[in-house]
This record gives sequence, C-alpha cells and structure tokens, in this order.
Amino acid sequence: MRFPYWRHLAILLLLIYPFSGLESVAIGALATPIGSQLDKLFFYAILALGLNVCVGYSGLLHLGIAAFFGIGAYIAAILTTPSHPFQMEYFTAVALATVGAAVLGVALGAPTLRLRGDYLALVTLGFGEVVKAYFINLDNITRGAEGLTPIPSPDYLNVPLNWLSEALGQGPASFHLHYYLNLTFLVLAVVVLRNLENSRLGRAWVALREDELALTCMGVSATRVKLSAFAIGCGLAGLAGALYAFSIGSVSPTPFDFNLSAITLCCVILGGLGSIDGVLLGTGLLYGFDRIVSPLVDSAMPEWIKQYFTIGNWRLMIFGLALILMMRFRPEGIIPSKRVQRELHEFDAKGGAA
Amino acid sequence: MIPTLLAVDSSAWQIFVQHCVTGLANGMLFALIALGYTMVYGIVELVNFAHGDLVMLGSFFALFCISTLGFGALGSSTAGTVLLLVILIAVTATAAALVNWLNDRIVYRPLRKAPRLAPLVSAIGISFVFMNIGSAISGARPASFGQNDLVSNVNLLGDYGIYITMKDVMVIGITIPIMIALTLFVKHAKLGKAMRATAQDPVASQLMGIPSDRVIGATFAIGGALAGAASVMFGVYINQISFTMGYTNGLYAFTAAVVGGIGKLPGAVIGGILIGLIRSMVSGYFEERWATAIIFAVLVLILVFRPAGLLGDRRREKV
Repeated sequence: MRFPYWRHLAILLLLIYPFSGLESVAIGALATPIGSQLDKLFFYAILALGLNVCVGYSGLLHLGIAAFFGIGAYIAAILTTPSHPFQMEYFTAVALATVGAAVLGVALGAPTLRLRGDYLALVTLGFGEVVKAYFINLDNITRGAEGLTPIPSPDYLNVPLNWLSEALGQGPASFHLHYYLNLTFLVLAVVVLRNLENSRLGRAWVALREDELALTCMGVSATRVKLSAFAIGCGLAGLAGALYAFSIGSVSPTPFDFNLSAITLCCVILGGLGSIDGVLLGTGLLYGFDRIVSPLVDSAMPEWIKQYFTIGNWRLMIFGLALILMMRFRPEGIIPSKRVQRELHEFDAKGGAA
Repeated sequence: MIPTLLAVDSSAWQIFVQHCVTGLANGMLFALIALGYTMVYGIVELVNFAHGDLVMLGSFFALFCISTLGFGALGSSTAGTVLLLVILIAVTATAAALVNWLNDRIVYRPLRKAPRLAPLVSAIGISFVFMNIGSAISGARPASFGQNDLVSNVNLLGDYGIYITMKDVMVIGITIPIMIALTLFVKHAKLGKAMRATAQDPVASQLMGIPSDRVIGATFAIGGALAGAASVMFGVYINQISFTMGYTNGLYAFTAAVVGGIGKLPGAVIGGILIGLIRSMVSGYFEERWATAIIFAVLVLILVFRPAGLLGDRRREKV
C-alpha cells in the first residue's frame, strides 16, 4: 500500500491532539509541557527530511545543513520583522525563504559538486562556518549576536482555531497556531518527497548514490541530478528555518552551528538513510530524548548522582556513541529503506567485514 | 587569539614582518595537525573528524601533567623548561598516539570494507565523544595553561619594532625537526615504505606480505603523536585552551591539508603555513572576525580551480 492507514491515523491523532487537553499536562518536574515541544519537532523533521534528500537519497554528505536552516530563518525574519522595511506576509516570507535557501544551495553546489565526496563534506562544513560568520558580522542587517526580534505571527489564521476551540469548549494552549502550520508543511513535505521518491528524479538520485559512473553512462547528467538534490534538500532546510523563525519569534546566530548539522545527521542515520518513515522516527526519538526524556530523567535522579552525572551534560557523548554503534551494527538505521539496507550489507555477503 | 603586541611606531614593513612571524608560528601548528589528517587520509581515504578534538584532549592532558602531576615544577630554570617541554611532548604524544591507535582498532578497523559514509559518520561520533570528555574536564570556561607563561613572552629582539618571542622560536624550532624526521621516516624506514605501499594499493601491498591493518594502525599512531606534540605547543603558545578549540583548529588544519593536496606530506606543511599566514594577515590588516570566512573562501576557490590541491596530482578518480 502506498499510504497505509496508520499514517492517516498518525495525522488524525496529531490533528486532534491540541484539543485533547493533554498538552497542558506537565509530567514530573518538566517546566514545559510536552505538547509545546511538538511544533518544534515538526520543523526539525522537515530539516531532517531535507538532509535526507542530500545524504540519504543521493549520497552527498552535506555537513552544513544548519547554514541553510539559518538562511531560511534569517530570510523569513528579515522579510517580516517590523524593524526592516519589507514586512511581508507569512506565506510569502515562507515561500521566499524556501526559494532563497534553494538558490543558495545551488550557488554553493555549482562550483563544488564536481568534487569528491569528502571534499564536498569539507566545503559544506566550511560554508556553514562562513554563513555563521555572516550572521554574526553583518550587524546592520542581522543585528549581530543580538539577533532579530520580534517576528510577527500570522494572527488572522487564529480565527478558525479559536472558533473551533470555543465550539468544543476545550481551549488549546498558545502553541496551536504554529503547531498546525508546521504540521501542514510537514505533511506537504512528506507527500512531495514520497512522490519524488518514485519519480524519474528520485530514481536518478538513488542511481547517483549507487553508481555515478553508471548514471552518466545512461545519459543522465550527474551534475544536474546533484544540483537538484542540493536545491531540494537546502530548500526544505530553508522552509524548516522559516518555520523555526515564526515559531520561536526571534532569530540569533547561535543555534545554526555545526552541532545542529551533526544532530540532524544523527536523526537521519538513526532512523534510516533514505527512508522517510525512518527519518521521521529518528527525529522523534532524538529530539524526544533530548527535550523530553533527558530532562525528565535528570530531574528524577537523586542529588548524589546528579553531582557526577546528568544526561544533559553527557548528551554529546551519548549521541556520539549512538552514531558509532549504529555505524558498526546497524548502519541502515531503525526503519531502513530496503535498497539502502542491501547496499550497506553488500560487503557482509562477500565475507568481508567481521 | 593572536597576541598583537606591536610597538606603536612600527613602520609598514615592520608590521608586515610581524604578521608573517605570527602567521608562520600559527601555521606551523596547523601544519603539524594537518599532517595527521593527511597521513590518515592518504592511507585509508578517511577524513578523521576526531583529529582536531584529539589535539584538544592532548592539550588538557598536558595541562593535567603540568598542574596535577606537578611537572610544572621543572620549569624554573632554562634547562628545566627545555626538559619540561621535551618530557611533556613525549608523554602527550605517546598518549595521543595510543588514543588514536585505539580509535582505529576499535572503531575504524571493523568498518574497513563498509561504504565510505560509515567510518566518516563514526569519526563525527568520536569527535562528539572527545568534545564531551573535554567539556567534562574543563567546564564551559576556557582553562589557562599554567599561571605564568611556561616559555617566556619577552621580545628577543629587544626594543625593536618586530616582536619575536621565545614562543615563536620554540614552535618553529620544534616543528621543523619533527617534519624533517617524518619525511625521512616515510621515505626510508621500512614502516614508512610499507605505509606508502599500502596507500598506493592496499590489495597489492597485502599480497606482497605487508600487514596492512598493522601499517594503518601505525599510521594512526604517528598521526596521533603529531597531534599530541602540536597540542602541547598549542597550549604553551596560546596559553588558553577550551573544549571547543578542537573543532576550529581541526577545521583549519583539515583545510590546510586539502589546500596543499590531501595525502601529500609537503602539501600539508605548505597548506598549514598558508592558512596561518592568511589568518594573521586578515586579522592584522582587516578584521579578525572575518578570518574564518576568508579562509573558507580561499578553500572553495582552490578546490574549484585546482581540485587536487596545490601539490596534488591531477589524477582522475579510480573507477
């Protein structure tokens, strides 16, 4: 089945969730209720899906995805914030942020995509640093380390939600507007990617990952395929960035660093390279662990352990070990794409790796 | 980061020479780290992302030796300081070599035949682990490398417009012999020849009876030792270490290796010096905050016009 019923079920559950009253239930000593984390989860999922297009489908190791996330966020912020002259509307800003990030992705890709894989990794990594330097140093546009704020929300969209919650007698918490917007964009992204996966372009991406030479011999331009993967991957990252800017209401340079790129890569690899379900699950698990499980466990731990060990302080260690162990024992991720799984285990069959 | 201690009335050329000296000393350190990247890349085609963080851990280890183990007591006289530096470098290099060898043995070796993404991602994982260990040791704030300067910061040229200190002399005086020794080793020693053979064709060299896994392990150990030596000098030279320094310096060093032509030992040295010079020139004549951006712009330009680096061969990728 192309779109099994449990996906509809998941979407339905997510749709009614804000009206269930569950979102205001705080578990334990958690300061923020779980529900208010979900809308952030959605744009991180879009970001991971974007990275998945580059790394998972096409096999281009992109280590600067956070830069494009940041570019999207800054474009959206600059176009809407009152202190800048544009003050555009929500959807225009989101669209322009997506397109802007995609164009910059192509601009970065065009000169560098003929490089070999590892060089590409380095250039994207370096590009991430350069972009961050711009965010910090272009004071009169980005306001430097201070960042841009406020980023106005499209409040007119609240009207139907408010009407609905009044009719149900169940008031959703304040996160509901961005919750629905982000969820909509996530569903859209998933639908588009699912269709792309089986299209001519999607198959070209996979062919690029598996054997670039064979792809070119079939008369497909490898450069074009790579550029399209970069454009769509970076564009999705830009979309995610714009949603981030609107959901958080402000942007500043610090979140868009290598850590974000690496953690997004963790999401993709943990869930399963090249598999949409996998990436969604990976994002959920990783951010769920980071934002919900680890503060919960930390707050529940007795003082004498906390002195020496909190998950919050050792999260990089945990992520690092997870990456190493995944690569060693299950490189295809939790929900692998069948094709990637076969590729990655090719060497087992030959009796290679122990 | 780079101390700018210029006399007020320096003339233009004195300022220029000053930036060259600072750039050279910094560049030598980058080169030493870059050698570790390039050796490992040359033999297993792996970008060892954890290498920069190994340098960071090395610096903390050296600091631990000085302050907690009391090695610092040696540094009271000139001869004592030299002895201290030698001991520190030897101990740290050994420890770093061991750690890097273990990395290879535990993490990379099982992935030798896996697709290239697998060891690369593992390397990022190791880098995370190292960074976390570093932050656990140091806390969020940077640590000072000993209360007083271990090596004097006094201008050797006296009251002259150019500022050259014992630290610059130390860095250049230690790195150059190491580099010469490394070049001779790779060229003439049996292990060095084995390393070159394995880099050239792992299967053929294995057929000739070269134990490739051991040779690769040795390469990691040597790269780690160079990182250890660099980390001691880094701590002494900059005098301030933090757990994030591995990432930045690793990135610079790897850029140096690529700029020079990855896999080539002289390339790494030239690349390192070039990066050091660019950095000090940008900081000196422009603004330091743009240094990273300009270095990466240079990197992209070099990769676009000479994808194999300055000294690399223009060989097509093997099919």
